[in-house]
Amino acid sequence: MTAITQIRRNDQPIYLDYQATTPMDPRVLEAMMPYFTHKFGNSGSRSHAYGWEAEEGTEKARAQVAKLIGADEKEVIFTSGATESNNLAIRGVAEFYKDRKNHIITTVTEHKCVLDTCRHLEQQGFEVTYLPVRQDGLLDLDVLRAAITDKTVLVSVMAVNNEIGVIQPLAEIGKICRERKVFFHTDAAQAAGKIPLDVEALNIDLMSISGHKIYGPKGIGALYVRRKPRVRLVPMIVGGGQERGFRSGTLPTPLCVGLGEAAEICMKEMDAEAKRLKKLQDRMLNGLRAKLTDIVVNGDLEQRIPGNLNISFAYVEGESLMMGIKNLAVSSGSACTSASLEPSYVLRALGVEEEMAHTSLRIGLGRFTTEHEVDTAVDELVRHVNKLREMSPLWEMAQEGIDIKSIEWAAH
Amino acid sequence: MRPLAYLDHNATSPLRPAAFDAMAEAMRAGGNPSSVHASGRRARAIVDKARREVASFASAEPSEIVFTSGGTESNNLALSGAGRGRVLVSAVEHDSVRRAAPQAEVLPVDGEGVLDLAALERALAASAEPALVSVMLANNETGVLQPIAEVVRVARSAGALVHCDAVQAAGKVPVDLHDLGVDYLSLSAHKIGGPTGVGALFLRKGAPLSPALHGGGQESNRRAGTENVAGIAGFGAAAVLATPGLDLAVLRDSLEFSLVQIAPTARFFGVGARRLCNTSCVSMPGVPAETQVMGLDLAGVCISAGAACSSGKVQRSPVLEAMGVAAAEAACAIRISLGWNTESTDIERLITAWQDLYIRVRQSDIFHTGSRARAA
Repeated sequence: MTAITQIRRNDQPIYLDYQATTPMDPRVLEAMMPYFTHKFGNSGSRSHAYGWEAEEGTEKARAQVAKLIGADEKEVIFTSGATESNNLAIRGVAEFYKDRKNHIITTVTEHKCVLDTCRHLEQQGFEVTYLPVRQDGLLDLDVLRAAITDKTVLVSVMAVNNEIGVIQPLAEIGKICRERKVFFHTDAAQAAGKIPLDVEALNIDLMSISGHKIYGPKGIGALYVRRKPRVRLVPMIVGGGQERGFRSGTLPTPLCVGLGEAAEICMKEMDAEAKRLKKLQDRMLNGLRAKLTDIVVNGDLEQRIPGNLNISFAYVEGESLMMGIKNLAVSSGSACTSASLEPSYVLRALGVEEEMAHTSLRIGLGRFTTEHEVDTAVDELVRHVNKLREMSPLWEMAQEGIDIKSIEWAAH
Repeated sequence: MRPLAYLDHNATSPLRPAAFDAMAEAMRAGGNPSSVHASGRRARAIVDKARREVASFASAEPSEIVFTSGGTESNNLALSGAGRGRVLVSAVEHDSVRRAAPQAEVLPVDGEGVLDLAALERALAASAEPALVSVMLANNETGVLQPIAEVVRVARSAGALVHCDAVQAAGKVPVDLHDLGVDYLSLSAHKIGGPTGVGALFLRKGAPLSPALHGGGQESNRRAGTENVAGIAGFGAAAVLATPGLDLAVLRDSLEFSLVQIAPTARFFGVGARRLCNTSCVSMPGVPAETQVMGLDLAGVCISAGAACSSGKVQRSPVLEAMGVAAAEAACAIRISLGWNTESTDIERLITAWQDLYIRVRQSDIFHTGSRARAA
């Protein structure tokens, strides 16, 4: 078998897309290794040592995940990823309580899998309210308060946005939900392991977690489901009754172990890593601002994870910029939808104009990002933005003091 | 000698080294297949290659595959996604089929565990409502094969769709999507020496499917969620190697021959039917399965008393029950399942341990009978 000693190679572009996926931490892989090879048992096998050994692995991992979010291990369900966790949380709750309550509240900037699940539920007859966000990307709490009715069963608000990295006011949302006796689900795929999350302090009832966003493997995620007061769910995948009946299917032991280890590493290194990333974020932004004008950071810069920047480079076409900076792996939108050229719905929800939305890049910094990489990225971005602006008549007009918006474009 | 003789491949099979290598490469490459930059495109290429490999395993088109998180999800997706209100299943289906369609009409099997085709025909004729028929290719507990071609013929003439759970059959008998003629076919990677956490649902071109997971539009809008790239790569590599072989049948048959020499009243279930080459479901008369499992475990032999799922509860096998096996006899049945790395020494070890157990239990029986006789 091949040894995996080095995750990154020098011939690869600089990876600055940590919100799309993260490279696996070698320590995570090391923890997974025995479960790929000699500890290969099915954790459901109760009749021999291979099964018990696998179960030890999954249960340790469950405890590690629980600890990261201040939960009890009995409250953690393994899933195939955050998409499944989000689907299960929202649909599971909606369907279980549908005889009493049929209203769900979410925001317009949620991840696509939350929005799509909600749309699917609307087709089934549920009512969904999609709350707007402010220009800084954050939810207005008064708007939330006003939206809750006697029929509201669930509020689903993401902890950290995948495109702009803003952190929603979870504690306040949790408090409002608890007071109004509404369940609070948060999609924490981008938040877990990066900011402190305590399900008790924040009054969170359901929380979705992804493995591959926290330097763990793909194909694994978790859903936290509160036991006191108890949240009930209709399962989506049934069969052998694994995961206390919430989610059937043989547990992928190596993946569970990887998620657990990833959670533990994040927890141990969170404070130091946040400080380090904040410095890199500042370095990146200051570097760009020192050499470029007309750049705008989308989303609040303070209530934001340090590993994200979303910047609009005015007068530059985002796709052209992407093509130019081949040495940088960044995204021009959420990875799931970035194959399409439509402007990001998240940026549009912030009120970013279409032109500016089209010029935006999502820059994700993470555990393996170095100062040198940041400096190289700044140089590369400055060079290409300047080059594209030199070729842009809009830029030229703007330099001459013409208000671009005042121009009436003639059809031809 | 190996520390333990692992003869529970129907629960899970160890990862093949080639599958691990493919996964290692994918993990090293990293990237999200939906990202448009080089890192994403490399991940996409890995997924595409594995899709071709898995497709070719079942003689299908790459576009006919939806990657899932495993056999259970595949079965659930087929049963809910086909969109048929009326569902018919055999009495020996896996829980992931039975529980996904709790309202399903259950079709009986005969004493060997083979579906009663006449019953299927009658059931389909009884109603004009469009139906989905779900019948497994091979049973997980007994290895008994179902007459899928016949099922398809009967179902087609009644306008029904057919799903086939081929999780246990894959790698042991040829699985050809179009020869079988089914509309949906489920596979699991870890039963063929691939990794846990990944499976596939094959969809014959034109078969309807409403997705169960909503989100990013992956898998051509049929299954949302970032692809488990490494898992899929491992699945592809395992599929390339998982070809049916005769060696296991030889080992399995010699095993059954030896066991019946030791205990002439031992009963093998499903032997009158076509069976997988790797599975043996046998009862040691008068010895509860739990006693056998523990005795064999102490001797370093890993087998199971039935399906390895969730509960750990000792319960009567619904499969044997459906075959009309008496409760007392079913309670003494164990499942021995061989796989890609099984060696003759593993079988010898099982035979020795089983014999020791059998002799020990019989001696204590004689002792007890004797003492009772003296007391009387």
